[in-house]
Amino acid sequence: MTLFNDPRWGEALGHLPDYLGSHVRVSLAALALGLAISLPLAIAARHRPVLRGALLGVASVVQTVPGLALLALFYPLLLALAALALKWFGVGFSAFGFLPAVLALALYSMLPVLRNTITGLNGVDPALTEAAQGVGMTSRQSLLMVELPLALPVMMAGIRTSAVWVIGTATLSTPIGQTSLGNYIFAGLQTQNWVLVIFGCLASAVLALAVDQLLALIETGIRLRSRIRTGIGALGLVAIVIATLAPAFSHGGARIVVGAKTFTEQYVLAALMSQRLQAAGMPATTRQGLGSSVIYDALKSGDIDVYVDYSGTLWANQFHHTDVLPREQLLAELKTTLSKSGITLFGELGFANAYALVMPRQKAEALGIKSVADLAGRAGSMTIAGDYEFFSRPEWAGLTQAYGLAFKAQRTMQPDFMYAAVSSGDVDVIAGYTSDGLIAKYDLVVLDDDKHAIPPYDAIMLLAPKHGEDEKLRAALQPLLGAIDLPLMRAANLRAAGNDATSSPESVAQWMWQSIGKK
Amino acid sequence: MTALIRFSHISKSFDGGRLKAVDDVSLDVAEGEFLAVVGGSGSGKTTLMRLVNRLITPDGGSIEVAGEDNAQIDAIELRRRIGYVVQNGGLFPHMTIADNIGITPKLLGTPAREIATRVDELLDLVRLERGQYRDRFPHELSGGQRQRVGVARALAAKPRIVLMDEPFGALDPLTRDALGDDYHALHRKLGLTTIMITHDMTEAILLADRVAVMRTGRLLAEGTPRELSASTEPYVGELLGTPRRQAERLKMLLPPDGAATQGGPA
Repeated sequence: MTLFNDPRWGEALGHLPDYLGSHVRVSLAALALGLAISLPLAIAARHRPVLRGALLGVASVVQTVPGLALLALFYPLLLALAALALKWFGVGFSAFGFLPAVLALALYSMLPVLRNTITGLNGVDPALTEAAQGVGMTSRQSLLMVELPLALPVMMAGIRTSAVWVIGTATLSTPIGQTSLGNYIFAGLQTQNWVLVIFGCLASAVLALAVDQLLALIETGIRLRSRIRTGIGALGLVAIVIATLAPAFSHGGARIVVGAKTFTEQYVLAALMSQRLQAAGMPATTRQGLGSSVIYDALKSGDIDVYVDYSGTLWANQFHHTDVLPREQLLAELKTTLSKSGITLFGELGFANAYALVMPRQKAEALGIKSVADLAGRAGSMTIAGDYEFFSRPEWAGLTQAYGLAFKAQRTMQPDFMYAAVSSGDVDVIAGYTSDGLIAKYDLVVLDDDKHAIPPYDAIMLLAPKHGEDEKLRAALQPLLGAIDLPLMRAANLRAAGNDATSSPESVAQWMWQSIGKK
Repeated sequence: MTALIRFSHISKSFDGGRLKAVDDVSLDVAEGEFLAVVGGSGSGKTTLMRLVNRLITPDGGSIEVAGEDNAQIDAIELRRRIGYVVQNGGLFPHMTIADNIGITPKLLGTPAREIATRVDELLDLVRLERGQYRDRFPHELSGGQRQRVGVARALAAKPRIVLMDEPFGALDPLTRDALGDDYHALHRKLGLTTIMITHDMTEAILLADRVAVMRTGRLLAEGTPRELSASTEPYVGELLGTPRRQAERLKMLLPPDGAATQGGPA
């Protein structure tokens, strides 16, 4: 099988109308909002050096914030605003997906527009503005008839830069729940499906180039007073918008939205749940790549309808408990706490995906390490790696406290690369996941946590408030409860970590369903 | 003749009073008169002219335009009533010649058809071929042609007064001469009152009825060329020195009979 006849290209293409459409909508909305704010500000600031300095300064600072961080910041901000709006006006709004993405991207788009508009307007020959006054123009007429038309080429260059930035950065809006071409990239990165990553990068690059060239056409059209060029450019933009809006209208109607966090197991489980719902005649779609805290709030506010979380994660991260309870007790406590927010803990899937310290079997045997307590004595000369959140999670604090762990160095990496890194000896120990198929693949061992420093992590299915009593939905998902044991999940994860046509979350989910049926 | 423009003790300073651009100037410009204001850079001559159409507001004194204090007239309305020609034409590069010429009537709300007729009339007036220039852009024209368009634009709304700021300064001598003569003819034909700013005394003497000389914001002398030549002001004498020397040399180099003297003075 060569790269070109890989069936995953076709699969990726199937998602294109949805992903591209959402991407275009969020980018254009952000650009339009950015322009609507920046242009008047730039015009107001052009003759006011202090305001101009302040504006450009703020916009530059915004630009230095990494795109992902800016997007992530808008989520809690809007969440707080939405809560206030609900309290004061009785009307809430969704702080999830589209709105935070548009606001953050609009902010991101402002610098080039502000800078180029101010530069363009200030670059107009003073002799011409004076001539405009001399022939009897008001300052408004001078702005509209002389200054803006003359500054337009420079302004358009800024708008083009903005457009390319926004379209590129919009790929990062996936983790805050906005579907975009970033879905390809995030999903591909998590499941090591490089075909998806390449497809996503190409699609967003082509989109950015296309929009840039159409804007360039409009720009030269305006400059050369060629109505044809301006018209073709504008038509092209309109065509893109219409083409990407069409699928959005066609699949209207209520859909069940299944959420997934940012790792392979979640993609597979989300695919499994949405397949079950569809089999039961309920239209379902998935929202993948959501951050750990984003996904819970999204469920609470009804932006997604169902997802799988882990008891320990909710316990420690969402509800900030520092103590660790026995498994059953912790589940019971969680159920009560969740029901206060209207969320239904529908049930356990049958496996736990806990953090665990993992190292190569050979090395562990050679050093006589079986448990975390054994490891503690040797940690001083070892390097540990964990995912993006592990070292800031309470479990890590609990572990180091309980066993007095102190490593020589700790490194943060993309979860799917950790196993290879520990297997090859780049790091000595990793904070892996017990359900990960790679543990078996690389012949690694999970070290015992005798002191129970890490809480249990049963996989549990959560239902949004409006679906707590939804019998049809419950019936469709009921067969999954208690049906997925650790060996099955590990095998599924291992399949999904492969890099071929059978490793897509959808195919793995189908395989899982067949396995469940055989039991 | 009555004064159409009357400057009374007009003053204007910049930089918070440190730079006196115009210092207590009083001057009458009669209806139909062609006044040239001559001075070096920094003499305040351009400031003086801009005070007339209120591109600049004076610190003290007043200017009457047709008997009315110009401070009482809406500045925008005032400017639409007064023709304004700047160096290099000051044409808007993104507008056609026709749009440039018709801009003030357009601002006044004149119907498009009337503007088109007026533009053609004005192109005739400044001796540019209608069909050839109407739809062209300023960058396609020569410097002299652009300045002709600049004059046409200033005349579009049929003003009684035209202000010209170094209008022919950047042109080559032949074009400059032709344009100066053509404008002078228009000034007479249309009964205009013109104030022209220039640093070139020769041009001032050749075109204007009356010349005002300014230095460091003050009006040193004013009068017909003949009256000025009798002035005791050393600076006025200095300014008149150049045209005098030029005239003598030209007379010597270009005798009326057409035979140039060989090896003139060094």
